[in-house]
Amino acid sequence: MVRGVYIHIPFCHQICNYCDFNKFFFQNQPVDEYIESLGKEMALWKEQLQDAQIETIFIGGGTPTSLSELQLERLLTLIHQHIPMNHVVEFTSEANPDELTLEKMQVMRKFGVNRLSMGVQTFDQDLLKVLGRTHSNEHVYKVIENAKKIDFPSISIDLMYGLPNQTMEQWKYSLQEAFRLKIPHISSYSLLVEPKTVFYNLMSKGKLSLPGEDLEAEMYGYLMDEMKKQGYSQYEISNYSHEGKQSKHNLIYWDNDEYFGFGAGAHGYVNNTRYSNHGPLKKYMQTIDQGEKPLVMQKEVTFTEKMEEEMFLGLRKNAGVSLKRFENRYGQTLTEAYGKEMEELIQKEFIVIENEFVKLTRRGRFLGNEVFQYFLR
Amino acid sequence: MNHEDRIERQKKIRNFSIIAHIDHGKSTLADRILEKTKTLTSREMKDQLLDSMDLERERGITIKLNAVQLTYLAKDGEEYIFHLIDTPGHVDFTYEVSRSLAACEGAILVVDAAQGIEAQTLANVYLAFDNELEILPVINKIDLPAADPERVRKEVEEVIGIDASEAVLASAKAGIGIEEILEQIVAKVPAPTGDPSAPLQALIFDSLFDPYRGVIVYIRIMQGTVKPGDTIKMMSSGKEFEVVETGVFTPKSTQRSELTVGDVGFLTASMKTVGDSSVGDTITLASNPATEILPGYRKMNPMVFCGLYPIDTSKYVDLRDALEKLQLNDAALEFEPETSQALGFGYRCGFLGLLHMEIVQERIEREFNIDLITTAPSVIYDVKLTNGDVMKVDNPSMMPDAQKVAVIEEPYVKASIMVPEDYVGSVMELCQRKRGNFITMDYLSKARVNIIYEIPLSEIVYDFFDSLKSTTKGYASFDYELIGYKESKLVKMDILLNSEKVDALSFIVHNDFSYERGKLIVEKLKALIPRQQFEVPVQAAIGQKIVARSTIKSIGKNVLDKCYGGDISRKRKLLDKQKAGKKRMKQVGSVEVPQEAFMAVLKMDEPNK
Repeated sequence: MVRGVYIHIPFCHQICNYCDFNKFFFQNQPVDEYIESLGKEMALWKEQLQDAQIETIFIGGGTPTSLSELQLERLLTLIHQHIPMNHVVEFTSEANPDELTLEKMQVMRKFGVNRLSMGVQTFDQDLLKVLGRTHSNEHVYKVIENAKKIDFPSISIDLMYGLPNQTMEQWKYSLQEAFRLKIPHISSYSLLVEPKTVFYNLMSKGKLSLPGEDLEAEMYGYLMDEMKKQGYSQYEISNYSHEGKQSKHNLIYWDNDEYFGFGAGAHGYVNNTRYSNHGPLKKYMQTIDQGEKPLVMQKEVTFTEKMEEEMFLGLRKNAGVSLKRFENRYGQTLTEAYGKEMEELIQKEFIVIENEFVKLTRRGRFLGNEVFQYFLR
Repeated sequence: MNHEDRIERQKKIRNFSIIAHIDHGKSTLADRILEKTKTLTSREMKDQLLDSMDLERERGITIKLNAVQLTYLAKDGEEYIFHLIDTPGHVDFTYEVSRSLAACEGAILVVDAAQGIEAQTLANVYLAFDNELEILPVINKIDLPAADPERVRKEVEEVIGIDASEAVLASAKAGIGIEEILEQIVAKVPAPTGDPSAPLQALIFDSLFDPYRGVIVYIRIMQGTVKPGDTIKMMSSGKEFEVVETGVFTPKSTQRSELTVGDVGFLTASMKTVGDSSVGDTITLASNPATEILPGYRKMNPMVFCGLYPIDTSKYVDLRDALEKLQLNDAALEFEPETSQALGFGYRCGFLGLLHMEIVQERIEREFNIDLITTAPSVIYDVKLTNGDVMKVDNPSMMPDAQKVAVIEEPYVKASIMVPEDYVGSVMELCQRKRGNFITMDYLSKARVNIIYEIPLSEIVYDFFDSLKSTTKGYASFDYELIGYKESKLVKMDILLNSEKVDALSFIVHNDFSYERGKLIVEKLKALIPRQQFEVPVQAAIGQKIVARSTIKSIGKNVLDKCYGGDISRKRKLLDKQKAGKKRMKQVGSVEVPQEAFMAVLKMDEPNK
């Protein structure tokens, strides 16, 4: 059963130095046409959408807030037209602090968006510049104030660590600031330098000085400890929230459940098949205009792959993988499928089995990829 | 052809090779000679070579351009037959060079007009002397701004002791002096002597394996005549074969009805491995054998040994197949099965030298697609035990415990290093550091010095080339020859990873340097082995005694935390990539060790990155 919808808005007024998502500089782009294409794309999935019980919608980017109020309104109208909304409990939009005006926020609110995911990244002004972000802390404060004003139900922020020349002190400061603002949900990622980014080019020239593995690990440890102290519970490798404020959308990914992906370069998982859309706008829109789904890749997930994914996605959650659910889904116990691997991982104290769930230990969380590899055949 | 025709033809044959240091213009000169003689234009030459390559592709025939027959119309109006014999240019193949030279009566000595004589050139000149060749000095690159032909002419006279007053001043690149060289070949290089009707004596100077024709044997006829249908006999092994083809390279492989005195060409006789036709051996006729083998034959013995192990243990059989196939074409390659606790099943392989080793290793990885672990190269040690037994050790991990050893002897070489005067200090320092004994030092000219040291071969094998290059900014040239065994105070150094001895990392080191080396190697290994899931101590030990220690930290953090907007395939790809990276490493106990680490002992003079 398909449970979620991801919608990609690939436009930005400013490109961040670390970003390698499918995105385009806003100016001179066919933004309005793109939004219409999104509507048409959803129409092409009409049948599957009708069969689905959509619980979460997530508008990501790029930058959804790069759209004007009018464009936002059109996008949200199309979403309501094509997506069955009766089971939707979580409706998130990403937002840039300096673009999310009170007016845009009100449009979102009007159309049922009930969660904002804000790309704050850091509360250090110098580091913001290094990242190529244009907002300032004041923008963040303002958004939070506005959100309160109109009773916006939920807010999440992204915070990054392991940034160029970032010190432990700078990292602590960013976290303290997030705590002070009482943000109910925080996602926190370490910087990953990807090809085709400004940072990658700098790094290959030897001009990017990163904190290194040990300091990064220290920052991660501090993050987890401090979150706990401040009353957040970690529910996934990179996600922390107040009680009941977990992101249901992201949990669909980790639960190895299905979701639609709409928009240029978006990824989806429907009918046992993982797929992705054309990234280039022209190709994406032309294909839709010809009445075809804009798919560039489709891959049916084999039984073994599905089992592997169940593990390397499920173990990301603090709750871990349910032994019972595994057996129900794959007709064999976890021990039957991965006995040897489990034994070794338990012995290395990377995983534990507790109350019918297998989960990462704290050390295992630091070494997630090492653990996940054990489950790849 | 009858006897008289053969004698007449013989007078017109000139056999020569070109001796030159790398970059002194050997191949350019060879090209010019090819153009000038058979009046091949460079365009035609290219076509011809391309033809050869097509042939190679279609029929799987490999053609080596190392013994070419040319015809030259000299100023005296006569047509001469030239055989230009190429020689390998590396010290590993000294013996093959000496056999190639033995197939000639003359040698063109090419010396760079700016740089003068180099050690490798000198070594080959001495080989030419040994074979009593007429040496024609050519001072090349005279059109370069830095050229100083008079200085170089003097250097040739002083260093080599030959008359260089008639040395040709040439520029192979600009085509200057080529005709003069050809005329000197006619005038000065003696025609071959020998009797075409005498019992056959043909010198094997090279051979290669062709999957369709069997071994192609490169020969020079010293006495007698050979033709298809003859039954030939290898004088060292006594093996007999029936000749299928005889021919020459023009440079295309061209069949001839016979080869006779002075000819340099090839024969095929359905031989299955090059081991059947050892370089230096003499071919004669079974029906009318020569009484004596040509002088100078010796079996080539490997000097450097290392273990080759497939990273993927299931490729052990493939590795054997690969080694067997290479051996078809490489008589000097030796191998025998060996087992390592750390690396599993592999082969101990013997090579002529480091270059030879690298070539074999690279061919196995590239042509046979087998990822290899190569252990650090070792020489053969002569070990006398306290109980009086004597043993040869070519694998450091097999060195007996120190209490059982009375004396260890190791091979020494005489190394000659030619270097500009400014670097004498640093070269001597290097040789001293490599346990060298100073023998002598000669000034070749005002600014150039030839330094002679006796150095243990094991030190040369380690990193001498690289160190010499870096300490002299590439200005030194270097050659060595084996001079025998000498007693040394040597000890075996063991390496422990995670407290377990890794036999493949053991090496032999001089007692006086053992602490220093131990310290260096643990640091090097720490740099080369990636961080593991747990902390790994690295120790160097002599016997039970730990002499150095360092620690590879455990992984701090390796977890992909980015969400990728639901792009699960990407997460999977990243995990697959990390997993594949591990597969390229060798699991030693519980530690993943990359290929380079097993060669770490070779790189100890490099600073850690």
